[in-house]
Amino acid sequence: MTSQPRTIVDKIWDEHVVIEEPGAPAILGIDLHLVHEVTSPQAFDGLRRRGLTVQHPERTIATADHSTPTHDRSLPILDQQAAFQVAQLARNCEEFGIPLYGLGSDRQGIVHVIGPELGLTQPGMTIVCGDSHTATHGAFGALAIGIGTSEVEMVLATQTLLQRKPRSFEVRVDGRLSPGVTAKDVILALIAQIGVGGGTGHVFEYGGEAIRALTMEERMTICNMSIEGGARAGLIAPDETTFAYVDGRPHAPKGAADWTAAVERWRNLPSDEGAVHARSVTIDASALEPMITYGTNPGMGMGISAAVPSPDDAADESGRRALERALEYMDLSAGEPLLGHKVDIVFIGSCTNSRIGDLRQAAALMKGRHVASDLRVMVVPGSQQVKAAAEREGLADIFRAAGAEWREAGCSMCIAMNGDQGAPGQYIVSTSNRNFEGRQGKGARTFLASPLTAAATALAGVVTDPRRMMDA
Amino acid sequence: MPEVFTSFTSKIIPLPAENVDTDQIIPARFLKTTDKSGLADALFRDWRYEEDGSPKAAFVLNRPEMDGRQVLLAGDNFGCGSSREHAPWALTAWGIRAVISSSCADIFRNNALKNGLLPIVVDRATHQRLFDMLATDPELEVTVDLAAQAVHLPTDEDIPFEVDPFARQMLLEGTDEIGWLMARQSAIDAWEAAHPPRVDTRPA
Repeated sequence: MTSQPRTIVDKIWDEHVVIEEPGAPAILGIDLHLVHEVTSPQAFDGLRRRGLTVQHPERTIATADHSTPTHDRSLPILDQQAAFQVAQLARNCEEFGIPLYGLGSDRQGIVHVIGPELGLTQPGMTIVCGDSHTATHGAFGALAIGIGTSEVEMVLATQTLLQRKPRSFEVRVDGRLSPGVTAKDVILALIAQIGVGGGTGHVFEYGGEAIRALTMEERMTICNMSIEGGARAGLIAPDETTFAYVDGRPHAPKGAADWTAAVERWRNLPSDEGAVHARSVTIDASALEPMITYGTNPGMGMGISAAVPSPDDAADESGRRALERALEYMDLSAGEPLLGHKVDIVFIGSCTNSRIGDLRQAAALMKGRHVASDLRVMVVPGSQQVKAAAEREGLADIFRAAGAEWREAGCSMCIAMNGDQGAPGQYIVSTSNRNFEGRQGKGARTFLASPLTAAATALAGVVTDPRRMMDA
Repeated sequence: MPEVFTSFTSKIIPLPAENVDTDQIIPARFLKTTDKSGLADALFRDWRYEEDGSPKAAFVLNRPEMDGRQVLLAGDNFGCGSSREHAPWALTAWGIRAVISSSCADIFRNNALKNGLLPIVVDRATHQRLFDMLATDPELEVTVDLAAQAVHLPTDEDIPFEVDPFARQMLLEGTDEIGWLMARQSAIDAWEAAHPPRVDTRPA
């Protein structure tokens, strides 16, 4: 008997389907549920209203990241609403028995940074979180899905999720990246190619030579922004790089026998030869240059040396209107280059680019140099663990000596709901994931880019190609 | 508990912008609430109001004739971006009960369906035709009939639409999904017995 070749999504899906009744979505068993302060309070209220408990608090983990200040942690949270929300998370975790890495914990951090750090994120798992960037965990070959608050309540109550099976979308990145071109540039190039709705209803499976060559942190950067291409999840088949990252972490399988059994299970996850994807796209890594966005959604991106496109070249009338509106908001003109464009703030951080590898890249450029005058540069580590590592390695000293702010861990200016934000009209080069109108502060204008591009821009004070500043 | 979704008749609010993201539907600074209610004023806040809180006359929701309209006709890929369920909470708080577009983002669609907000996806030609009809007759009134899976036009024409059959049933019956799931606890228990936990989140 021969079985149909399966994709990695098929394999994880099949293993986690509890039942699938005719006409109904599958009931999907969930291995890990990550919780934060912003999308959970109404879910916990729902449990209380129904008189329910959390089905599996020991498969649930919480942290405070979104509305938390990134200044001195010994100071109280001044925003009363944010303070209440963070305190409410602590009360909810206490009442329902959920482990919490809150403010003050040396494990606190952005939910998508601490999951992998703790070794909770493992291949083959189903992972959910009330956050659209949950796909980050897909870097480990897990099916990681962003969910809404009603679904958070559903998972808290039942440790399952009602879900229709997504279609698989193969993203093959062939060839090798040139120096100065990073994982962030790959994902921005993909989204620029397929558009922000291109992956709707699908899960991206990233593969190919360039993906295999990436570190786990770089793979997380790519999977993180799957939602920006419309896909609710994105994943990369696990390999030796994955296993080496997980090995020895606090929640990784312990003991030689358990570890070997786990790795053996994980080795069966990659898509079978001949498995069918609903859609497929190929990107040539060697042709990419550093990317930057010019508009108000992550699909409005281009190579850093290119010129802002003209609305007249849009494919249709609605595309023309959208680009016109975006350029008006950004106060940019068609045909204008972004290289050399004045910038007011550089933000290095977010669940996309706040890990130690990101900070090392930025620090390597900034070492012994100083940021431009009249420029605010914020470096916000993704977790307290990243912060401590960066301080041990001397990266924090490099940033501070360069004139950048070195802050506490959190989402910070990526979502700008904690007081870290740009002013109306300001230009921000940001390593985060969204350049929507007002995303980084009402009226603020975002150029999304890699940590290298952000660091080069911080030094020059204008949008700069990092390759010009890198040692030959 | 969810309410039963009944058929209704309404004029239409046109919002031709494409890729309307959830940061526009409700900016992040309103996400510090721990309630679901009271978000009507936050809806499209920065498109709707000036810095000083005065309404922007040009924005469609500020036109007096839009008051009480329950159908939003939006551009392609409505609701992209974050998973915030505050987006459907804000839309329904204002009074919107259906969003018609040529596509909706996945998480937004799920969130909407769980809050009595019907995402209606029509093909691009129909989508454009609705905008054209609205340009000719801004007072156009349609009936949204979920049971029949159709938007009924005054010309007696029906625009059929697809909707997840399960979500449709839940909405029409006002069924609570968590209750539906918990009625299947024995199946969940059986699956759990055969699928050992992958991790234990308690401090190692």
